[in-house]
Amino acid sequence: MNESTVDDPLVVGGRKIASRLIMGTGGATNLAVLERALIASGTALTTVAMRRVDAAAGTGVLELLRRLGIETLPNTAGCRTAAEAVLTARLAREALETDLVKLEVVADERTLLPDPIELLDAAEQLVRDGFIVLPYTNDDPVLARKLEQAGCAAVMPLGSPIGTGLGIRNPHNIEMIVAAAGVPVVLDAGIGTASEAAQAMELGCDAVLLATAVTRAGDPERMAHAMRLAVEAGRAARGAGRIPRRYWAQASSPAID
Amino acid sequence: MQILINGKPHEVAEQATVTDALTALGAPASGVAVAVDDELVPRTDWARYRLTADARVEVLTAVQGG
Repeated sequence: MNESTVDDPLVVGGRKIASRLIMGTGGATNLAVLERALIASGTALTTVAMRRVDAAAGTGVLELLRRLGIETLPNTAGCRTAAEAVLTARLAREALETDLVKLEVVADERTLLPDPIELLDAAEQLVRDGFIVLPYTNDDPVLARKLEQAGCAAVMPLGSPIGTGLGIRNPHNIEMIVAAAGVPVVLDAGIGTASEAAQAMELGCDAVLLATAVTRAGDPERMAHAMRLAVEAGRAARGAGRIPRRYWAQASSPAID
Repeated sequence: MQILINGKPHEVAEQATVTDALTALGAPASGVAVAVDDELVPRTDWARYRLTADARVEVLTAVQGG
């Protein structure tokens, strides 16, 4: 949606987010690895999941994010119905004192694809309840439009299914979502490596959300750094305006007299 | 009376409150939220919300994910 300068901040629901790379915390082998990766990523907003308290385990990830000054974005991962997702979002708001929610309502374990019916229902309920809703959605321009109409503060289409690292399978759909959206578009899920994060930004996405690509990389800290550069590079390239694609060659040196 | 806290049976006093359930679980005081029978119980109500037998108390916090 945004064609302007490289440096203007991402704004979601009226809040400025200092980085266009939103991170997840899932998949990291331990908190020390996660901490180094989060610092290298430069992220300002990072997802957490809501689960039953394990009195023995403590609240390590929350303390880490607070220490690093990174805002938490609770998700509703694991929810299959709108009712489950709405309750989880309310619990997250209560526990973490944030109105932000990454709304996830998936249909099944095998694909982890969003259930569009339940997703839209949950989004409508949470918007009415005052949440800033960031829905994880299919790469479907129609559903993205309906989520925006429901009052979501952003739309977050997948590049490919969660954790697959298959990149952006339908770039044209992402472009259509971007072209139509009046809210930020965040490419969420499926990114495998830096070029794909750059591609998302070149397609016009306003931000990228990823976790697995970093946390399960051979060297999470280096990959986090690569993703940071890729998001910045893709954003800059989008703003710069790429050359049109041509069928035949076009010499860049003057012709010989 | 018996209640379920995070899916496990716990014996608590009659008229026990949500605060009592959190103590029974050993939950941290901050960064958690409570639902009883699938309804959120706000923090401000914990001390006065009286549980009934077989209440299903869920105590959630943030973990790595997403």
